[in-house]
Amino acid sequence: MSINRREFIGAGFSALALLGTPAAGKEEKARAEAGTPAAQPTRWAMAIDVRRCLELPGCVKCVAACNRAHNVPALDDARHEVKWIWKQRFEDLFPSSGASLADAFKGKAIPALCNHCDNPPCVRVCPTQATWKRADGIVMMDWHRCIGCRYCMAACPYGSRSFNWVDPRPHIATLNPDFPTRTKGVVEKCNLCEERLAVGKPPACVEVCPQKALVFGNLDDPDSALRGVLRSRFSVQRKPELGTRPQVYYVI
Amino acid sequence: MFMFEKALTGGRRYYGWLLLLLVVIGAGFLAYLRQLDQGLGITGLGRDVTWGLYIAQFTFFVGVAASAVMVVLPYYLHDYKQFSKITILGEFLAISCVTMCMLFVFVDMGQPMRVLNVLLYPTPWSMMFWDMLSLGGYLLLNGVIALVTLGAERKDVAPPAWIRPVIILSIPWAVSIHTVTAFLYSGLPGRPFWMTAILAPRFLASAFASGPALLVLVCLLLRRLTAFDAGREAIQKLAVIITYALAVSVFFVLMELFTVFYSQLPEDVEHFRFVFAGLEGNAELVPWMWTSALLAIVALALLLVPSARRNERVLAAACVMVFVSLWIEKGLGLIVGGLIPSPLGAVARYVPTLPEIAIVLGIWAIGSLLLTVFYRIALSVRGQLRAQWE
Amino acid sequence: MRDRPLILAGLLIFLVVITTPFWYDRAAGMTAKGPEPKLPVAERRCVEATAYMRASHMDLLVSWRDRVVRQGETTYVASDGHHYTMSLSKTCLDCHKSKADFCDRCHNYAAVSLPCWDCHVDPSLARRAVPQLARAGGAGPRGSGR
Repeated sequence: MSINRREFIGAGFSALALLGTPAAGKEEKARAEAGTPAAQPTRWAMAIDVRRCLELPGCVKCVAACNRAHNVPALDDARHEVKWIWKQRFEDLFPSSGASLADAFKGKAIPALCNHCDNPPCVRVCPTQATWKRADGIVMMDWHRCIGCRYCMAACPYGSRSFNWVDPRPHIATLNPDFPTRTKGVVEKCNLCEERLAVGKPPACVEVCPQKALVFGNLDDPDSALRGVLRSRFSVQRKPELGTRPQVYYVI
Repeated sequence: MFMFEKALTGGRRYYGWLLLLLVVIGAGFLAYLRQLDQGLGITGLGRDVTWGLYIAQFTFFVGVAASAVMVVLPYYLHDYKQFSKITILGEFLAISCVTMCMLFVFVDMGQPMRVLNVLLYPTPWSMMFWDMLSLGGYLLLNGVIALVTLGAERKDVAPPAWIRPVIILSIPWAVSIHTVTAFLYSGLPGRPFWMTAILAPRFLASAFASGPALLVLVCLLLRRLTAFDAGREAIQKLAVIITYALAVSVFFVLMELFTVFYSQLPEDVEHFRFVFAGLEGNAELVPWMWTSALLAIVALALLLVPSARRNERVLAAACVMVFVSLWIEKGLGLIVGGLIPSPLGAVARYVPTLPEIAIVLGIWAIGSLLLTVFYRIALSVRGQLRAQWE
Repeated sequence: MRDRPLILAGLLIFLVVITTPFWYDRAAGMTAKGPEPKLPVAERRCVEATAYMRASHMDLLVSWRDRVVRQGETTYVASDGHHYTMSLSKTCLDCHKSKADFCDRCHNYAAVSLPCWDCHVDPSLARRAVPQLARAGGAGPRGSGR
């Protein structure tokens, strides 16, 4: 076969380009899927016992604990607010509940947080993989990589994500040295206390709840308290028709 | 090679215009420095309305950039000779608009210094990744096409044969840039205002109306300011294209209205009610949207009447109406309407701040500057600048 | 020839300006002192050898960053077999104590700015109270319904 110099060099460049194509995205995703070095299969999820929570109206201990543990800033301007877990009215969380909502729940506020969906639209849209789903179920954020495009915020059907519109540091009353703050220009949300889970502690909100209304556990462990609650009580998820498979269950 | 020296000769009006643009650019740049320092909090955006003027302008001008295909396709694919003089104008318009789009996205980033992460960590399942690639590719394509064809014209030779497949490639590519932009919105399950299969067709229809409308206005302006005449047939053909595209665009909007208001799905209805009637006392978008609707209907009525369309004064007025109407629809209503009410039912308020508007104007001025310089080069190559401009 | 004084004057000014780096510091009494980071007293050896850390600590930190955040790992096995927790604030600053006395000394000298501390908490900073906008009862809880 005869080949001239030009064709040879051209073929060489094409081969180089193919070789050099970064498989980084795929590799990293594969490595990330390996997730935490946990021995048994783990799928973290949470159940919120609505009745127990409503027995203490006005309690915001879970919110305060989370904000303290994660240096979540407190901003005066409502537009700029950053929240990882907060309390929201039942009608807002379940908009299709309508006028037939039981009186016990009308106008009452219960905790809302990132649902760590099994099929998260936020992960699907992130252009830099700054947010991804770990094998143990947690939808993670990498604040080093986030470019602040807020596409994930547009994609989230639950309003769980917040953006740092300004530098958060001046708005943190007590700095927790064991956890970083974030900088302006990145998106943040509940991380299911993955830094606490890594050392065997439960999430801060779960630990501090005086009503033990937040049940946290491993869905893959049939003996976990979480599985027990979900087996014995009726629970609803937020907007299940969207196919996101949220992993925060509201137990009625 | 780039013939920039042709843009450096000009009279007082030319330099006055350039100076004005530079002042606006300077003001926008200073506002952007402030935004870099203090964060995006200096805009009117917030936790509920996370995308506003910047992204809305990006969306609109991607459409205008794609509309270059409306002059390229008839000329290169169907040999419609009347467009021979204006394809270069379409290509330069595309370059200016794509540059504006990239700038609008850049100023919207919270961490702009990290924007290359999109290329360093390619994410093929994210539409934003493909958007960056397609916009960059389109910019490159049009840049090469404009350079090669204009360069050939300057040397009074036919352009090289290899440019033709490149030009043909730019045709589906133009459609793809606006389709990918629509895909940013139309695949989000949590945003019922955007999640409709007809969004990409709507984008294309309104792009093919607003882009050529701008081109017609520019041609009429150039006829007054220079010795360049696009030709009556070319302008009339563009007018016909605008008419059909506007008709389709209006039709698509009516389709949306039927689906939403007949099915009465609450989450769909709420968004349309917000933009056309207001919700919970927030009716800021309402006058804009009705103005947009009125302008579109009036423009369509005028354009549908051949005698009105043939009158270039009426045509100019209609083109202004088309451009403004679609700018409001895509550049204001679409983004904000999709985000209000929020997923938690909140009806937020979005009012762009002064720095935000300054940055937007600055980017418009950059686009206008590019357009001015490019057109001056093109017309100078053709020897069609009038003596008073030398 | 009439221009000779002007030309010579111009040349002289040029020579003075161009040799500024050589005479200015000496005249101002400044000596070229290198950066002097405050070394820890407790430990004599860092995670890796000093020469390696000097040249490549940034690569090590980036590797730690990706391994902790993206792969969920916690422990780093050094080349001498020691195990360390991969943490800037908790491991590095455990020995090096103060960012201002250590990191900043070289980084200011070399004018290399770091974004690390925009987010990572300098432990010495956290030990001091943060006075701005201190609210009673810690970081404010969220009200309901917002």
